[in-house]
Amino acid sequence: MSTQETEKETETTTATMTTTATMPVQPAGGTLRGVGVSAWFGARRVLEGVNIDMRAGVVTALIGPSGCGKSTFLRILNRMHELVPIASLAGSVLLDGDDIYGTALPITEVRRRIGMVFQKPNPFPAMTIGDNVMAGLKLTGRKAANREQLIEESLRRAGLWNEVRNRLSAPAGGLSGGQQQRLCIARSLAVRPDVLLMDEPCSALDPTSTRRIEETIHELKDQVTIVIVTHNMQQAQRVSQHCAFFLAAEDEPGRVVEQGATEHIFGSPEDPRTADYVNGRFG
Amino acid sequence: MESNDAEGSTGLAALGLGEPPDPPGPSNPSDPPSPPGPPGPPADEGPLADEGPRRIEARLSGSDRFYRALASTGAGITLLIIVLIGVFLLLEALPAFQSAGFGFLTTQPWNPDSVPPEFGVAAMMFGTAITAIVAMLVTVPLALATAVFINEYAPRAIRAALTSLVDLMAAIPSLIFALWGLFFLVPWLQPIEGWLVAQLGGSLPFMRAVATGSSLFNAGLVIALMAIPITTSIIREVLSQAPRHECEGALALGGTRWGMITTVILPFGRTGIIGGSMLGLGRALGETIAATLILNIRFEIKPQIFETGGITVASGIAVEFFDAQELGLSALMAAGLSLFLVTIVINLLAAIVVERAKSVA
Amino acid sequence: MAATRAIEQKPAEKQDIPDKAVDAAKAAPRRRPRAWRWADIGEFAGSAASALLLTWLIFDRFLPFRIQGVAFVVAWYVLTLPIYWLVVRDGHGPVTARDRLASLLITTGAAVALSPIFLVVGYVTVRGLGVIDFSFLAETMELTGPLSEADDGGLLHSLIGTLEQLGIATLIAVPLGVLTAVYLSEISGPLARPTRLVADAMTALPSIVAGLFVYSIVVIRTGWGFSGFAGSLALTILMLPTVTIAAEQVLRVVPGSLREAALALGSPYWRSVLLVVLPTARAGLATAVILGMARVVGETAPVLLTVGGTNVLNVNPFSDYQDNIPLFVFNQIRSSKETFVERAWGGALLLLVLVLILFVLARLAGGAGPGGGRSRRRKGAAK
Repeated sequence: MSTQETEKETETTTATMTTTATMPVQPAGGTLRGVGVSAWFGARRVLEGVNIDMRAGVVTALIGPSGCGKSTFLRILNRMHELVPIASLAGSVLLDGDDIYGTALPITEVRRRIGMVFQKPNPFPAMTIGDNVMAGLKLTGRKAANREQLIEESLRRAGLWNEVRNRLSAPAGGLSGGQQQRLCIARSLAVRPDVLLMDEPCSALDPTSTRRIEETIHELKDQVTIVIVTHNMQQAQRVSQHCAFFLAAEDEPGRVVEQGATEHIFGSPEDPRTADYVNGRFG
Repeated sequence: MESNDAEGSTGLAALGLGEPPDPPGPSNPSDPPSPPGPPGPPADEGPLADEGPRRIEARLSGSDRFYRALASTGAGITLLIIVLIGVFLLLEALPAFQSAGFGFLTTQPWNPDSVPPEFGVAAMMFGTAITAIVAMLVTVPLALATAVFINEYAPRAIRAALTSLVDLMAAIPSLIFALWGLFFLVPWLQPIEGWLVAQLGGSLPFMRAVATGSSLFNAGLVIALMAIPITTSIIREVLSQAPRHECEGALALGGTRWGMITTVILPFGRTGIIGGSMLGLGRALGETIAATLILNIRFEIKPQIFETGGITVASGIAVEFFDAQELGLSALMAAGLSLFLVTIVINLLAAIVVERAKSVA
Repeated sequence: MAATRAIEQKPAEKQDIPDKAVDAAKAAPRRRPRAWRWADIGEFAGSAASALLLTWLIFDRFLPFRIQGVAFVVAWYVLTLPIYWLVVRDGHGPVTARDRLASLLITTGAAVALSPIFLVVGYVTVRGLGVIDFSFLAETMELTGPLSEADDGGLLHSLIGTLEQLGIATLIAVPLGVLTAVYLSEISGPLARPTRLVADAMTALPSIVAGLFVYSIVVIRTGWGFSGFAGSLALTILMLPTVTIAAEQVLRVVPGSLREAALALGSPYWRSVLLVVLPTARAGLATAVILGMARVVGETAPVLLTVGGTNVLNVNPFSDYQDNIPLFVFNQIRSSKETFVERAWGGALLLLVLVLILFVLARLAGGAGPGGGRSRRRKGAAK
């Protein structure tokens, strides 16, 4: 990508940001569609024919028992899946209509526009808190017009600003687990993604930190499209509006058994397996 | 995990068939996205294979291609150095091989610049072998004992300190060990060896000696000091990976510590012990300065290990280097080549053995 | 702690039984279970004492010759083994006896293997300490002949040579070694396995072979002649595998989740390596570099064939003969003059000090900052 394009890119994102700030009612973010997504590890098929729409302004939760392929699906959504050498896939993933596996979008651009927060907090230990927030820009070779402003804004959006405002130049390793996870969210937000993927972001955290993250998700949902994988049924109910239930029978790939509005999935599921799962009868 | 960015040229359909992951080389990440062979649906995927996996287009950016090429060049240079060493030594050694012929392996004296030239590596190889055997006889039991001691016997508090001590011993230059051997160890051993020769020389032929001190045995002892740390640290590392639950199982059955070591730890670490000893052997074969300083240089085969005088390949090169004329230099290169070949074969075998020992864990 | 105390005391006003229980628990002596008893030591001491007596009897009374010093100690040790074994077997059975004997042998083996380092450091310090003074570091051997006093002359020319040659070797070997390590750990392409094996094998490459190789290429074929730079190249060959292997081990310790995080932000591979992986491992990398320097600073054989050796100060490493400390020591020690040998010990002590400084620096670097592989190990050992 040429520098000119980069500059243009930054301008556009800044512009988007300003719009969001002035008109918070209109949900910002991109629409992500998985179309007929299947996945393999070696010869083993782990996911088959998944179609899910992840719309802007809506938090989509992916639920299901362990090993049903929901994390694999999430990693397909920003091309982290292919980091496993024997992994392959079929189908396509459309970000605002463009296939992210097509040739039009460079892979680094895909990953910048579709951010990811991992199961375990993973701030960069060699960087300070402030540098961690700015890491995405540095790593994508961009310059921030106003560093302090971007750090503050990203940390505010992640709900961490008040806790760390006085120690931005302290190493990130000194934060608690929950703070580290919100720092990772701030780090992802700083590159202004359209979509934010969260892979069980609270599974390594205590209940208080979990609640803070959930509040953060709630505040972010109008600014960026959020897709979250969770094992926690209550969490899925609390944070999501759309919900997809994955299930894999023995020796078979994972499929989406049922999807729809969250209250529908938890209130009156059509498939008996969904009802069993959300009511804690297996999984 | 991170070797996956060049699928643009490989096509994951092929990889999806359970073949071993074969990351594409740095030479072809820039290939245009052309279909790699038949991309049709794999037949052995059973009834589920209604559609095959699609190829993932991931063209590396120019800077990433440069980064891969740069790092590959670094690795390539490391490999190239070894090859170049062999090739250039061989080129330089050719005149000597032509002059000496097969006699290079059987001749003892070293007079390459006399007329007619007469030289060979027999005495040097013999001396190298004797010093290496002596060094290994000392090194292997001591290194094994030290490794087991640090892992199993030493109080927990000083374990890290002892490991550091072994590392420090490995860092001390061979020159300093050689000096210490020459001025302290050898004079200290000389009367004992003299006494041994006097008592046993009559009955054992290899124990005879007219004079003791600057002998192959003593050179081997000093060389052992340089082989001990590397051998110890490799053995210790491999033994520390012995499965802890099996060790505790042996103790829980009422076994003694020694019982646990012989039934669990030593069988587990066998290949590591062999590999570590071989790397130590490689170090012992190539050690130059200790032999140069301690040995009384004599280009002849001396089967009496306590008898003063002898030569090793490495010390022979160091000693003869400054007096060598044209053919003499070539002959030294030939000697260096033979040392290089012997050590590199032993070291490669050792590296493979150690690699296997570590990957078992 | 104070809070716990307060909670404990409140119910104690109504009911003092739990408080007494607490006190009783506090009063009970702390026990630290240990595997040995005093009787075990007694058994060993008794065996050693009887062996001493027996040794004295045999060698002073029965045999026709006497032995002293080391030989006596060795004989004493050898006799202790069976006596100790018999004593323990009598008391605890053959299995325990074998265990105790093995403990004794292994401890002795470790002591014998590790004691030389103390003897070497002590001996070199004693011999060299009187030699090193300011003039020893500030003068060269240019005007020093065989008849000069012992405190004439010095190794300034060698010190300069060592610093320059080590510096150049480091400048070449470190980027190359770190690049190779990045290839092995981050790219892991088809060259990875052969490169790793060759690097392992190169750690024991005879140093004189490296010297011969550089001599044949740089000194002869290019017609450059002896120079400090040629020595640096030989040292580079010896330093490269050490740096590569140590750096690769450090890079492997960097958690994969950090690489994923960087890539998930949209980073190209090279930036994630440059900005995340290498900085995270920087402490360990510093250790790798310093260990590589310590490995080659005392190498004698390769520089013998490449830098030439001289008594004169030559600050230009790219042309003409240079000297360095190992070479200085080697040349002085082979002289028959006592004054030269003394200077050699001064050089040896200086070399030892350099190695010790590098070694301590490596430990400090490894222990400082996040991501150092060693700091983790040290923490584990402290627990």
